[in-house]
Amino acid sequence: MRRHEYLSWGRYPRQRPSAVWYLWWRSERLPPTPPGMTLLPRGYGRSYGDCCLNEGGILVDATGLNRWIEFNAEEGVLRCEAGISLADILTVILPRGYFLPVTPGTKWVSLGGALANDVHGKNHHRVGSFGCFVRAFELLRSTGERYVCTPTQHGELFRATIGGLGLTGLITWVELQLRSVETAWMRVEVVPFGHVRDFFRLSQESDREWEYTVAWIDVTAGGRQLGRGVFWRGNHARCEEAPPYPPREPRRMNVPCDAPSWLLNPWSARWLNRFYYWLQKRRSGVAVVPYDRFFYPLDAVSRWNRLYGRRGFVQYQCVLPPTTAEDALEEMVERIARTSVTALLGVVKRFGEVPSPGILSFPRPGTTLAVDFAIEGERTWRLLDELDGVVRRAGGALYPAKDARMSPEMFAISFPRWRTFCAYCDPNFSSSFWRRVTAGLL
Amino acid sequence: MRRVLLIGATSAIAQEVGRLYAARQSHLYLVGRTAEKLEAVAADCRVRGAVIVGVSVWDARWWEKATELIEQARQALGMLEVVLIAHGNLPRQDELWHAPQQMVEQFHVNATSVIALLSALVPVMEQQRRGVIGVISSVAGERGRAQMAVYGAGKAAVTAFCAGVRGYLHPFGVRVITIKPGYVDTPMTAHLPKNFLFASPQRVARRIYQALEKGYPDILYVPWWWRFIMAGVRLIPEPLFKRIRI
Ligand SMILES: Cc1cc2nc3c(=O)[nH]c(=O)nc-3n(C[C@H](O)[C@H](O)[C@H](O)COP(=O)(O)OP(=O)(O)OC[C@H]3O[C@@H](n4cnc5c(N)ncnc54)[C@H](O)[C@@H]3O)c2cc1C
Ligand SMILES: NC(=O)c1ccc[n+]([C@@H]2O[C@H](COP(=O)([O-])OP(=O)(O)OC[C@H]3O[C@@H](n4cnc5c(N)ncnc54)[C@H](OP(=O)(O)O)[C@@H]3O)[C@@H](O)[C@H]2O)c1
Repeated sequence: MRRHEYLSWGRYPRQRPSAVWYLWWRSERLPPTPPGMTLLPRGYGRSYGDCCLNEGGILVDATGLNRWIEFNAEEGVLRCEAGISLADILTVILPRGYFLPVTPGTKWVSLGGALANDVHGKNHHRVGSFGCFVRAFELLRSTGERYVCTPTQHGELFRATIGGLGLTGLITWVELQLRSVETAWMRVEVVPFGHVRDFFRLSQESDREWEYTVAWIDVTAGGRQLGRGVFWRGNHARCEEAPPYPPREPRRMNVPCDAPSWLLNPWSARWLNRFYYWLQKRRSGVAVVPYDRFFYPLDAVSRWNRLYGRRGFVQYQCVLPPTTAEDALEEMVERIARTSVTALLGVVKRFGEVPSPGILSFPRPGTTLAVDFAIEGERTWRLLDELDGVVRRAGGALYPAKDARMSPEMFAISFPRWRTFCAYCDPNFSSSFWRRVTAGLL
Repeated sequence: MRRVLLIGATSAIAQEVGRLYAARQSHLYLVGRTAEKLEAVAADCRVRGAVIVGVSVWDARWWEKATELIEQARQALGMLEVVLIAHGNLPRQDELWHAPQQMVEQFHVNATSVIALLSALVPVMEQQRRGVIGVISSVAGERGRAQMAVYGAGKAAVTAFCAGVRGYLHPFGVRVITIKPGYVDTPMTAHLPKNFLFASPQRVARRIYQALEKGYPDILYVPWWWRFIMAGVRLIPEPLFKRIRI
């Protein structure tokens, strides 16, 4: 993404800051806040909605804080500045036999951004969220005070900042526990399935033996094929399973400019989903693949968000509690399939029981569904409101990192402890997201 | 492995060059103005694979001490295989028009210090009979502009002196590369509004690294299309140029 754009990944809403402040050194101070203005830390803008936007305010670009501070190769503990990308971290730790404990579906996110959204990965059912592996970080407040937070030292601030959406202050550095791996390769099995109900069966039988599991579903297929899809399960390949050399750096394609908005439409989306299902079905079986292919397939095309054109897109991601998940998921997929909208990349995953440390952490036991929707006016918003209804009845929650539209009411339902969180907010920090979901409540 | 001396090691561009050498387990000697920043850069390079053989705090206004500095670095590294001179300062020109003293001081920071360093390097390189020196000048040195009068003058001096040193060291098998970046997204330009002309320090550093490793071109424009922009800018007649504000 061109840095000077400062939009979010979904490029909706198109809200601009009134100024951008660059941080290049962790010892630097925050800019003074003019009256009536607020600050918001900014990473690589990989959040889909408006949690990384601050309309009319100041964005504090932390991506210049991209240095290593320390790496303990015996214990696998790193300490880096918060603006370093996970991609950069991987180039250093993989050759030394370590991997990220939790990683989102793209490696172009910052350490601070991953912490502030308490991101989850394909191994949530085993290990929990990103925050579970954060040992310490430093928080810089607008007063100039600095707090080194750990689970025991400034513990409440620690728990407020994990998943804290950048509202508690700016994170300058993070100390993270890594996991060891034998190789940079993954042993992966691809299992196609014919109906969304099969997902739960596959998930149940795989979660024990496979460290990483996730499924893609075709949200445009209805009837007997409702929510057909592909289940991926993977483990880090051991030495004897993998080629004796590291995988090659993958070639990256780029979308050079905005695609015309008509390119992705309900009809082409249906065919793309169908084609993808057919393609994956042919690939079913076990294979050993480079880690990039398994964890970051979307990174193969940089700036793919431009394919949606200028109108942008939203991702809808919710989590449904274990008891209601099966029925609610089926109902949601059915509603999406029935409506004529441009829906792509349906992703389903079962979350495990490990509690997330953050007060506002999104991951919790249950099943999560994420779907991308092109913004096509009223019919998109109406469908998403309907989905909200299903989530609410099921007792679920929505994910702020992906959100550009949830109502204050949905936010309060999703994060019942949000008022506790407010006490730890930095009074000079705010975001477009925060003003939207607390409108009329604060 | 390379033995690399980075002067102005805390500059955003030099840091990225340092990382590229660090990934090859190079030996680095870092020189910069601020001890705290130097320490942060040294730690970063160390984790990325470099061996930091020395760190020196040096201000470009202390240009008389250039010989000492080069000698220290040479001793610590054993030999100077790669040298990058990257420090520089972009002052607010409008604040300088009525401050002649500071105007001259800015020239010393950008030009005199580089001339002093290169002069100190000449005997060392002459004796080594190998090695490469990269000097970051700027496209701003190609034509004087009201907004960058003293910065441009400094860079023009650097460019011209580099060419001279390049000619002198050529028979000794030592390369001198004049690096002319266009706009780069770094602390130096933080106050400027960003547009499509800005390149990332990573991209600029990758080109510098390639040039240092290959030993050519003599004059490196980064990104390459600045060569053509500047060719155009040089063609504008002075009576017209003095009237336009760019
Ligand atoms: C293709 C793709 C796949 C994804 N897959 C997943 C996934 O599988 N699981 C998942 O959980 N998420 C996923 N995401 C979302 C992404 O991981 C999060 O949005 C992440 O937080 C983005 O990090 P960023 O560095 O881009 O931060 P930004 O988007 O710039 O900012 C995110 C938030 O972090 C705050 N922040 C950033 N830096 C700091 C700092 N230094 N100090 C304090 N606060 C800070 C910001 O204020 C903002 O609230 C995916 C995104 C993409 C584009
Ligand atoms: N950015 C651009 O658009 C651009 C364009 C063309 C050329 N350049 C040139 O590229 C080089 C690197 O700059 P950059 O873009 O990477 O900017 P930068 O990050 O701001 O680096 C400038 C460096 O110069 C150092 N410096 C300034 N005054 C000094 C002094 N008196 N003594 C010693 N060191 C001093 C700074 O040290 P501290 O960190 O201690 O302040 C800093 O390390 C410079 O020579 C610059 O002129 C830049």
